[in-house]
Amino acid sequence: MNSTALAQPSASEANRLSSRTVHESVGNTVATSHVPDAQGHFGPYGGVYVPETLMAAVSQLTQEYQRARNDPAFAEELDYYLRQFVGRKTPLYFARRLTELAGGAQIYLKREDLAHTGAHKINNTIGQGLLTLRMKKKRVIAETGAGQHGVATATAAAAFGLQCDVYMGAEDIRRQSLNVFRMKLMGARVVPVESGSRTLKDATNEAMRDWMGSVEHTHYIIGSVVGPHPFPQIVRDFQSIIGRETRAQALEMLGRLPDAIIACVGGGSNAAGMFYPFVDDADVKLFGVEAGGRGMLAGQHAASLSMGQPGVLHGSLSYVLQNSDGQTADVHSVSAGLDYPGVGPEHAYWKDTHRVQYFSITDTEALEAFSILARREGIIPALESAHAIAFAIKQAGQMSKNQMVIVNLSGRGDKDCMEVARLMDEQPQAGKKVP
Amino acid sequence: MTDRLSAAFAAPGRKHRAILCPFVTAGYPSIDLLGPMLDSLQGAGAGCIELGIPFSDPIADGPTIQESYRLALEKGATVERILQAVEKIRGRGFALPIMAMASFSIIFKHGADAFAAHCAQAGVDGLILPDVPLEEAPAVVEALNRYKLKSSLLIAPTTAPDRRAKIAALCNGFIYYLSVTGITGERQTLPADVPLNLKALRALTPHPICVGFGISRPDQVAELAPLADGVIVGSAIIKSITRELAAASPDVPAALGRFASQLAAGLK
Repeated sequence: MNSTALAQPSASEANRLSSRTVHESVGNTVATSHVPDAQGHFGPYGGVYVPETLMAAVSQLTQEYQRARNDPAFAEELDYYLRQFVGRKTPLYFARRLTELAGGAQIYLKREDLAHTGAHKINNTIGQGLLTLRMKKKRVIAETGAGQHGVATATAAAAFGLQCDVYMGAEDIRRQSLNVFRMKLMGARVVPVESGSRTLKDATNEAMRDWMGSVEHTHYIIGSVVGPHPFPQIVRDFQSIIGRETRAQALEMLGRLPDAIIACVGGGSNAAGMFYPFVDDADVKLFGVEAGGRGMLAGQHAASLSMGQPGVLHGSLSYVLQNSDGQTADVHSVSAGLDYPGVGPEHAYWKDTHRVQYFSITDTEALEAFSILARREGIIPALESAHAIAFAIKQAGQMSKNQMVIVNLSGRGDKDCMEVARLMDEQPQAGKKVP
Repeated sequence: MTDRLSAAFAAPGRKHRAILCPFVTAGYPSIDLLGPMLDSLQGAGAGCIELGIPFSDPIADGPTIQESYRLALEKGATVERILQAVEKIRGRGFALPIMAMASFSIIFKHGADAFAAHCAQAGVDGLILPDVPLEEAPAVVEALNRYKLKSSLLIAPTTAPDRRAKIAALCNGFIYYLSVTGITGERQTLPADVPLNLKALRALTPHPICVGFGISRPDQVAELAPLADGVIVGSAIIKSITRELAAASPDVPAALGRFASQLAAGLK
């Protein structure tokens, strides 16, 4: 081997090139909010792994976003739409009867379900919609799982006069017919994706392929903190309004920061937006809740951080559920929005630095929490958010009554009612064990 | 000693400099047919083989190649089996350069170093990196260099001029110029700016320039042959295989050879 003739890469750089050693470059460091670096790296994670065709668009977006961030007019416009169109700020609500049930820490809900269109996704699509206008592009595309991001994109497109195509897995179109109708009503075209597992992962592939041929006039509004740099950063930043509001509300209402914050994690955008403003508050424990599906056997869950390993999917390096050849594994979750084999790179960074702890909740537990919140609080949560609720009940129960837990209620559950009704018919015990 | 890739592009006696670079999906329709198919392609006048390592989630590929990847994976086309097949083919003297195209997911999962070592040992000449852009490429190229594997990077119609120069400087295999802004798959006509782009690239690099994406017919090969060092045909090759399978052709490799001969005729 002629390796001595070549410049040796630094150890950390070499580690970044292997699934087995990538953790080593970050394992004993403390998480910081000063990520990503200029190349989009969160520790060793993130980066840009896309065909060269997309690089011009990716770098145009990076530049436009930097300009927008430093432009007070952009901040003002974004703020205007978030207040007057989305209806922010969303309330921080004390869930008294849920707290009684859990029997421990006080549980507060950050009510993203009350945002326009019924979920946090709109925070990002308004932001990226405004960026699209700045880039003078006329068309947006999006991928969607549960349909919430598709609806939020269709909404922004209608509000801003943009053409909109949404890619959605055929299986998800079946599970989320209400959202499909809403998107069409707002003038979007919903493109069914029949390839692969016909869910979110495949819709993302198809949206990227569209973008390969349409980059010159189309902006791809990615719906989560995934994809190539700068998307994980942009989406996190736009979603951080959740955590910033929560922080101010906690200080105002309770005079202190919460002891713990809980959010569900699929791609991880609601969690990233909630957690990020608290990353440097070492006393606030952060818990991410993944989809445990039918259990921890391969193919039965979508717990990328709990069960996956570092790998590359959809343009960035993060934790992925895949086989020993790097082929993406099948995943399952009752919740279409969590049914994804990857996760945002910043979550991988938070996991390795132990800043956030990740757990999983099964389909059955989530369905139970779905009913519990409906009956005890008069709030029907999205199945995604029901995972966070289920974990919060367990976690709060182990804490003392003077402690405070905040759950990000990322979306409302109207979209899931038909599917839950179907599941209750199929397995009558689903969701019925309601105290 | 000249390596196989350089030798293929330097081979004398051709009117134009271009060679035909057919793309095949490793494991489609089966690993067992890989050897006979490569022999047929060589017999038909191919100059370099582009060997697609199937990936579950390719971004740059159209429906034809995606489907071939899916079927290959379904039939168990693992990296291990693919490289075993390549080693066997080399063992009996297959002489054309083989450039493997592998998504970074696969390379990373094995570890760039281990993957490169395994490829080199099997007789692969280099890697085409379809989803490792300039920003992430230096460390990967360095890992490949350690095993004397060539690296081929992509340049797209959307790539800015200064960036083209940097990519060309890093690339030590052939430059893979994408004729179209979009995914793989046949196009009726190729963009009018392809000749100009190829000419401008020529000034940037001493390495060979191959053009691919959208090329499916002999007349398109003929159109590009004077402008590039290699012409890559992918989806059309895979489609021809699929057609033969659908027609229950008794000898798929021979039929593939006939199709490749028609394409190679475009070089003359």
